[in-house]
Formats: sequence, structure tokens, C-alpha cells
Amino acid sequence: MTLISRAWLLAETPQSRRQAALGQAYLGWLAFQRNPIGMAGLAIILALIVVSALSPILMPFDPIAADTANRLRPPSGTHWFGTDELGRDILSRLIAGAPITLMIVVLVAVLVAPVGLAIGCIAGYYGGWIDRVLMRITDVFMAFPRLILALALVAVLKPGLENAILAIAVTGWPPYARMARAETLTIRQSDYIAAMRQLGASDARIILFHVVPMCLSSLIVRVTLDMAGVILTAAGLGFLGLGAQPPLPEWGAMISTGRRFLLDQWWVGTFPGLAICIVSLGFNLLGDGLREVLDPKQR
Amino acid sequence: MSFDLLSVENLRVRFHLDKGTVEAVRGISFRMGREKLGIVGESGSGKSMTGRAILRLVQKPGSVTADAIRFNGRSGSRDLLTASPAEMQAIRGGQISMVMQDPKFSLNPVMTVGKQIAEAYRIHRKVGRTEARERAIAMLKAVRIRDPEAVFNRYPHEVSGGMGQRIMIAMMLIPDPDLLIADEPTSALDVTVQTQVLAIIDDLVTERGMGLILISHDLNLVASFCDRVLVMYGGRIVEECRAKDLHAATHPYTRGLLAALPTIDAPPGDLQVLTRDPAWMHA
Amino acid sequence: MASASLGQRVVQPVVRLIVSLALTFFGLLLVTFIIGRVMPIDPALAALGDRAPADVVDRFREEMGLNLPLWQQFIVYVTKVFEGDFGRSVLSSRPVLEDIARVFPATLELATVATLLGVALGVPMGVLAAVHQGRWPDHVIRVVGLFGYSVPVFWLGLVGLLVFYAKLDWVPGPGRINIAYQDFVDPITGVMVIDAMLQGEWEAAGSAARHLILPSSILAYFSLAYISRMTRSFMIEQLKQEYITTARVKGASEARVVWRHALGNVAVPLTTVVTLSYANLLEGSVLTETVFAWPGLGRYITDSLLNADMNAVLGGTIVVGLVFVSLNLLADVLYRTLDPRAR
Repeated sequence: MTLISRAWLLAETPQSRRQAALGQAYLGWLAFQRNPIGMAGLAIILALIVVSALSPILMPFDPIAADTANRLRPPSGTHWFGTDELGRDILSRLIAGAPITLMIVVLVAVLVAPVGLAIGCIAGYYGGWIDRVLMRITDVFMAFPRLILALALVAVLKPGLENAILAIAVTGWPPYARMARAETLTIRQSDYIAAMRQLGASDARIILFHVVPMCLSSLIVRVTLDMAGVILTAAGLGFLGLGAQPPLPEWGAMISTGRRFLLDQWWVGTFPGLAICIVSLGFNLLGDGLREVLDPKQR
Repeated sequence: MSFDLLSVENLRVRFHLDKGTVEAVRGISFRMGREKLGIVGESGSGKSMTGRAILRLVQKPGSVTADAIRFNGRSGSRDLLTASPAEMQAIRGGQISMVMQDPKFSLNPVMTVGKQIAEAYRIHRKVGRTEARERAIAMLKAVRIRDPEAVFNRYPHEVSGGMGQRIMIAMMLIPDPDLLIADEPTSALDVTVQTQVLAIIDDLVTERGMGLILISHDLNLVASFCDRVLVMYGGRIVEECRAKDLHAATHPYTRGLLAALPTIDAPPGDLQVLTRDPAWMHA
Repeated sequence: MASASLGQRVVQPVVRLIVSLALTFFGLLLVTFIIGRVMPIDPALAALGDRAPADVVDRFREEMGLNLPLWQQFIVYVTKVFEGDFGRSVLSSRPVLEDIARVFPATLELATVATLLGVALGVPMGVLAAVHQGRWPDHVIRVVGLFGYSVPVFWLGLVGLLVFYAKLDWVPGPGRINIAYQDFVDPITGVMVIDAMLQGEWEAAGSAARHLILPSSILAYFSLAYISRMTRSFMIEQLKQEYITTARVKGASEARVVWRHALGNVAVPLTTVVTLSYANLLEGSVLTETVFAWPGLGRYITDSLLNADMNAVLGGTIVVGLVFVSLNLLADVLYRTLDPRAR
């Protein structure tokens, strides 16, 4: 067992693929670590995950049960962020909303990234009419503003959290396909792909083991940056009453409620908005930091 | 020949990277007059960095130190290390200029070549547009471009590589500097136009009594074109001699380079593999 | 070296582009058609009401062509769209196209002012960030920009109203103009500030202009975030180029190197970015207009959606898609005419 040391990681002549890979990762981490923007984003996302995991323990009050005696209380020692129109503690509802946000983000990423990647890699690798057809479909979806298409889809499918996620996913894959195609086009020309072909590797094997891995770093950056947009779109749908339905403590829907009390009870709508801001800022900061490390063109 | 145009003492260029500090130039010193000085070396030997360090154009992760970089142009003697940014701006182009390798990249793609040449003139001379234009056209003529009025209005992508490099030379010489640094000025060009471009540089430099630093990896070219030669290896000067004495060079690296040159009249035996001794970097 | 004819350089690619955009638009119609048909709400019942007698519903279905096979329905649909017939809105009981023509100028007014503000602030910010890459001005500008990517537009609108209207009273509340002036201004261009000025109603024009300040600033922030970010990354790319070193070697001042040489090379891709950001504002306007009770296309679509007025929703969606596609075309044509290398 080799001792993992700084010297071992930074060795000029790595002895194994694993050492080389870990060494690269360590160099990346060193670069990332010096980037205050990326580190701030990482901290926010880690906090979101921790809060989501521990949300039942962290909530000081019941986020769902009404307590009409305490309605619309301003922020105080007991209710740090005040209470809403049903007397529910807003801080508790924000904490209960964290896992919902995390779930939206994870589900969309899981649905969208592989589909976009597959379509883009296939289009780029095969070229010809396959490419033309797939890219035409991509263009059609990119021709709609994302929110408007999602709105129309949700209206058709019936408002609700699951349908909102589905609509966001359906409208979300085209940029990934474009990106993966562009990367594949440059990779396809390279000599090592030609070498693989001459060795008799199947197309599936080349795409899966030699093209897809090369697209991964751009994909990770793209997914991270995209998650901020996903959170905003989900919140927008919630705000319009097309996303999560009451009494689910989804942050966008909470702002929608707060709108009715904007002028006199500002806290009802302000805190959920701040929560959305912080989390999507976290994804943006993290994505930006990752891009500087993973995308050599930006350096 | 007096060696008072430029004297460089203990010049170092370092790059501070994640992996640690890399020294591209490791304490070199040389002096030159209004002559043609060649700097040869392989890629990574620090020859280009030397040129850029003199103009203080080494970018961010890099840093330049030296005991002195004394430049003695028409407007007096100055230490380039301590000159203010404003003074450096007046010196760049006005007194020391540089021609770079590939005109495809070194010319601004969205400005007509005429405007770029006129700009170089107007930065250093307070003249109007019309006079700058006339000067630029005269300069295009001086670098042997036919139909300079038409070329004036062309964009860089509309001219050939050889013409691009002549435009570059025109732009760098129009404010009448004392020293020209030519960094691999012909490496990106077709062999057929290389001599042509060198001849233009030679004529203009001699005619104007300027100093020239020719940076190249091409031993033959430097030996036949320059008065004196510095051979660089691993950021150090390993050999300094008159060009015509190069064949009698003593350093094993230079000897190795000379041995690697194929000649027409000798039978084509096996080429010698160049030996490199890490000790040369520290000696 | 001889420049190719205008036809080869500009016209042919543009024709190819128009064909591809036409195909895209066709696909767009297909998607909206599918959305409209899988809708769980029966269009006949939506138009006639739940309690309509069965024979009336049947006759309506027959007249509307709802009993035809789907592909024939699609052909009818496409034909109608090309004739400018998007059907009638259930809510306003007017033709959808007429409704859209009425509300569109309000959105255009908002998006135009916002884009102008976004360019005026975003470009210098992006340049500044690129020049100071990795130092504090860069970090500050990037965070300001990233915050724009992170804040929900409807929430920022609400907070804006709370602070600048309710608390500070610097700007008027929601709406396009003070109700007192509403009847003084007849729609001519549909852009209220201009209409009021054309009719010499200066006070009304002032009121309309004041109503524009907050919603357009909020939208401008999003445009600024995008433009400054793109400007920064374009500038960083250009500042690494060799011709920048050439400019420095010539003795050009840093200001000249940055603003003349580097920005000159960034200007062309930036026009594309600005055009696209203009298109993105159409999307932002959906939520902004809802918050500010701004009678534009975005609010028209959401209102229709919440009332299951599908003709209006699909008509609005098609128009937005069409504007998107046209702006993409515009971006491409601008690129080809402005960049000397593409001319």
C-alpha cells in the first residue's frame, strides 16, 4: 500500500494510472481550493445537503400544522423568521423545504444529463442524417423559452411537483446535447479514436469508454451551473401555482403566499426568496469555480 | 564597435506555478551595441522570454528580476527595470520594438493593416490622421509592398504570411526605434519568402543604424545573418562568440548542435544524438 | 485573396439558415399542436361550458374539425397559423392574434429599455472584471453577476416594490401608468411613453416613464448579469492573444489595448449575446409582468394558462417562439455583416 503523500501525488513520473489520476485530481483540488468563489459555493451546497438530511431534527416547529392563534407574527426570539398566515413557523417551513429543493435538483440532473449526453454523443459520433435529425429536434426545443414551454407542459399535465420536475426535465436536455455534440466532434477526429477503430473496437465501446469520459468534465460544470436555473424555474412554477401544491413547504409557493402580505408582513415572502437565492447562488459559485479548474480554455 | 546600446546583468525570469517555481531564464548577462546579435537555442531554452523580459512584457504568473537592464537609446540612458509604466510605454515601439513569429496571430484581425501601422506612428508622434496615413504608406513601400494604397485598406486575413510579416516589420519600425527584437520572424513563413523577409530586416536595420536581436532556433540562419551569437540552453548562456567563429565553438552543447547539422557534401551517415548534461543548467 | 461575391459570402449561408429556421418553426408548431391535443381539457367543453347539450358539443366538434384524424387536424392547424388565425381567446372572446398585437408592445417596451440598460452597464463591468482577472474587482463583479443568475425574478420584483414603492415611495406601484391618465392616451404605437408624447400628454408620458423604471431595472439586472459574464469571458480570451502583445509592443496605453484592440474583437460576438439576451428577457417578462401587473405578452400567457384558455396559451407560445427564432436569425446576419473575416 503506497502512502498517499503530497510528494507521491505530485510526482513528475507517476508509476500507475491510479497515481496519475489521483495526482491530476489533487492538482485540480489545489487550484479549486485557491478559488474563494468555488469554495463558497461548495460550502453552501454542503450546508444544503446537511440541512436536508437532518431536517426533522433541525425544525423547531411543525411545518404543516396550522396554529391560527399565532398567525402572521413578525420575526422574534421564538419565531426567528416569523409565522405565516396559518401561524406556521417560517424557519421550520424553510428547513422542511430544503429536501424538496434538493430532490428537484437531483431528479432533474439524473433525468436530463444522461439523455442529453447520449443524444449529443450519438449525433456527434455518427454525423450524417442521424446528426441532422437529432440536432433539428434539439433546435426545436431550444427555440422555446424554457419557462414558457414548461408552463404549457405543466398546464397540460396538471399542476403538481412531479409534473413540474418532468416539465423542467423535458425542457432541460437540449443544451447538454449541444455541448456533448460539440465535444464529440472534436474528439472524433483525434488519432486515438482512429487507433481504437483499427483495433476493432465497437462503436458502442468507443462512445462509452472513450468519448463519454472526455465529455464528463464539461458535463459536470454544465450540470452544476444548470441546477441554479432548475431551482429558479421550479420556484417560478411554484410561484404561479403550477408546481408544488399546498401544504408542501416549497419555497416558490411560499413566496406566492407571501405576495398577498407583502406590504404589511414582509417576512412571509422575503425569507423563502432569500433561501432560493442562497442555494442557487451556491450552485452558480460552485459551477464557476469548477469551470476554472476543469475547463482549460477558461484558465 | 562599442557595446553600449543594451546591457543586461543577471536577468532571471521565474514562473510561480502550483507545482512550484520554474525558472525560464537563470541569470544571464550580455551587452550589445548597434549590431546584429543572434540568440539561438531549442524551445524552452529561455530565448523568447529574454526578449519579452527586456520589454517588460512577461505576464502575470511570471516575474522578472535583474541587477540592471540598461538601455542607451537616442533619448538617453535608462534602467528598464525601474522605468515607470508611462516611460515603458514611450520606450516600447518608440525605442525598442519586437517582431513576433506569426503574423496570423500578431496582427489585430478586425483592424485594417493600414490603421494598425498608422496607430504605431501616432502613439509616438503627435501628428494628424492624414500625415500618419502618408507615413504608413511610405513605410509599406519601404518593406517592398507593391500597391501600398490598396494594402493599407486590407484586413490581416486578406494578406499572405510573407506580406503579413512585412506589415509587422513596417509597423514596428515606423516610429524609428533604436533596437529591434525579432523573435523567430521567419519560422512561420514559407521557405521561399524567408530570405526575402530577412533581407528587408537586414536592409532597414543597417540603413537606420539600429541594433537587432535575432532570436531563432536555426543555427545556420543566425550564423550567416548575425555579427555575434549567444547560445542558450536551459535558461543560461552556454556559449558566446562571433558568428564567423561559431564553427570553432567549445561548449559540448554547441558542438553537439553543429554536429547535428546535415551537410550536402558529406555522406549521410547516422546523425549524432544530442547529449544533454544536466550540469550545464547549474554551471 | 479576391473577395468572393456577396452572394457566396452572405446570401447563401443566410438562405440556408432561413431554411433551417423554417424547419425549426415547423417543429415548434408540431410541439404546440401535440401539447394542445393531449390537453386533458376537452376544447369543445372549454369553449361551450360543462353544461352544454350533447348535440351542440357534437356540432362544435364537427365545425372545429376535432373529429378528423390527427394528421389532418395538424395540417388544418398549420394552415390556420400561417393565415394568422390562432383561434379565439375564451377569456377575451377576441381573436388571439388581436389580443397579442395589443399586449406585445408593452413587453417590447420593457425588454428594450432593460436591454439598453443591461448593455450600458454590463459591457464595462465585464471588461473591468477581465482586466482584473482573479483580483477583487473581478470577484465583486462576478458575484454581482452570479447573484443575477441566482435570484428569482419574481421575488426581486416583490422586494423592489416593497422597498422602492411601499417604504421609500421613489417609484410608482404596479401597472403601466397612473390610472388617472389611463384614458388620455390612445394606443398608436402601443408603447405608452411614445404614444403619450405623440399626443402631447407630457404628464401622462412622465407617469408612464416612471412606471417603467422599476420593472425595467429589474429585468435589466438579469440582462446585465448575462452580458457582463459573457463580456468577461470573451475579453479574457482575447487578452491572451498575440495581437494584444503586439499592441503593447507598439507602446499603446493599457486603456487603448483593452478598449480599442481587445474590445474591438469582442464587439462582434457581443452583438450575438445582446440579441440573445433580448430574447431571454421575453422569458423573464412572464414572471416580471405578473408581479408588476404589466399588461404584456408574458402576463397574457400566464393569465390564459391559469384559466385554461389554450388557444391563447399556444398562440402566445408560438409568437414567443417565432420572436426567438427571428432574433437568432438577426444575430447571425449581424455577425456576418459586422465581422470582416466573415464578410
